[in-house]
Amino acid sequence: MNAVGYAAVDSWVVAKRELVHWVREPVRVFANLAYPVISVLIFGLVFGSAMNVFGGGDYIEFLLPGMFGQTVAFGVGSTLLMVSMDADRGVTDRFRASPMSQTGVVAGRSIADLVNSSLELLVLALCGLVIGWSFHDGLVNALLAFALLLWLRFALVWVGIYVGLLVKPAAAQASWMFLFPLTMFANTFVSPELMPGWLRVVAEWNPLSSTVAAARELFGNPGVGGDSWAAQHSVLLAVLWPAVFVAVFWPLSVLKYRDLNR
Amino acid sequence: MLAEGLRKGFGGKAALDGFDLAVPAGTVCGLLGPNGAGKTTAVRILATLLRLDGGRAEVAGHDVAREAPRVRRQVALNGQQSTVDDVLTGRENLVMWGRLYHLSRKEAHARAEELLAQFGLTDAADTRVKAYSGGMRRRLDLASSFITRPSVLFLDEPTTGLDPRNRGEVWREVKRVVAEGTTVLLTTQYLDEADQLADQVVVLDTGRVAAQGTPDQLKSTLGGDRIEVVVRTAEELPVVAGVLGPAAEVDHDAFRVSAAVADRVAALTRVTSALAARGVEAEDIALRRPTLDEVFLAITGHRAEARA
Repeated sequence: MNAVGYAAVDSWVVAKRELVHWVREPVRVFANLAYPVISVLIFGLVFGSAMNVFGGGDYIEFLLPGMFGQTVAFGVGSTLLMVSMDADRGVTDRFRASPMSQTGVVAGRSIADLVNSSLELLVLALCGLVIGWSFHDGLVNALLAFALLLWLRFALVWVGIYVGLLVKPAAAQASWMFLFPLTMFANTFVSPELMPGWLRVVAEWNPLSSTVAAARELFGNPGVGGDSWAAQHSVLLAVLWPAVFVAVFWPLSVLKYRDLNR
Repeated sequence: MLAEGLRKGFGGKAALDGFDLAVPAGTVCGLLGPNGAGKTTAVRILATLLRLDGGRAEVAGHDVAREAPRVRRQVALNGQQSTVDDVLTGRENLVMWGRLYHLSRKEAHARAEELLAQFGLTDAADTRVKAYSGGMRRRLDLASSFITRPSVLFLDEPTTGLDPRNRGEVWREVKRVVAEGTTVLLTTQYLDEADQLADQVVVLDTGRVAAQGTPDQLKSTLGGDRIEVVVRTAEELPVVAGVLGPAAEVDHDAFRVSAAVADRVAALTRVTSALAARGVEAEDIALRRPTLDEVFLAITGHRAEARA
């Protein structure tokens, strides 16, 4: 077998290990799913009637793409926790001291995380359909929206790998403290137009906002547009922002993984 | 395995400072030293996990810096922590590592079966590792290091935290693989472990080799095992010293007399009956092996400083 073949086998073996974990210890999967589903119910049904969508429109229709985005962004927390646990337990060292390909480790990680996030998005979408969310611009556009969300998730795998190699599991567990505000200072729950000036700029240029706005556009959900350049080019930015993450964190992760000075 | 003048520093502090090592193929070398002496750093460099700042090292005939991928195909690393996966079964763990060492699916399964039998884990093969005892887990970890019959095995404190029975099991497995021709570099904090397993012992002190030799040579620098007798009154001390012979050391404050002995239990019997014959009733009589601290003190002239 050639190098590419081995890399494929390595990736699959690593991904399979993760997937077996999820199947045998479904608690984590449920815990990860519970948060977005409960959030959809709380924000959609409890706060929903008091929420305004800038430019008009149904709040649940507005909310769901935001929840998809937040779920995808929270995924980075699970990536970095798994990566830091493997590093802490010496598993990463054994991978590194073995002949397996370095691509295999991260590719396996990406496959497992993308499968996991797809499942979360699917459950959330079904939940949304039940309480009144829908897509209005055809199945192809809807699938494109999900593809953009998963593209962001893929980019965040690299962020997660890099940060996971830097921090201890205990610190990784606290990652939601940063993720929570980062996903809220965005267009996920509220239109940036309704925020104070400085926060509005932050929210509009938040990479997550681009993906969420692009998803809203492709789903045909309300709350699209705005005065800023970022808001008007959300699809372009939803492609570019993750590309920037990959361009920055891919090499950083590879260097950190190979780091021979720890 | 060969190392010449290895140097490695972390943030200005030298972890290895001119470390030399030569381990002939098929033998066991014990790296002995307290925490922070540089044992783990040495292992990580030789296992290609760490870049060296100076010197050079060869493992299984390949330079660790220039030919790391070649080295990796021939070595296995067994660290201080258990790297087996709790959620998978013993068999699944071994198959996984087999696949990562690029055996075909069929080969990986066959090899797993073989290793499970060799390491006495066949009955627990399809049980999740979560339910394994500490010793079983350690054995599985070791088994996973032997997937490809490595020519060099790095064992970093393999029995730290294990109870005596499990330590014995691990020792047995290590001896078995050595008999099959594997070269082993073992780091340990326990003198008796080096004694049991190593052909050659290297004592590390602050990144440098402080002493090396066979375990017997090392122990003889200390005078081997010691017998200690504690009595109730100062008057009895000279009597005990007389029984223990000319090499006896008397501690007047602790009412304790100690001396090196070669024949352990026989010496204990001899001393007990000699004391009884002289009417001395000892408070305590004990046989004691020299501790690593004592070896260390004897060799380096200073106490081990825990830096890690």
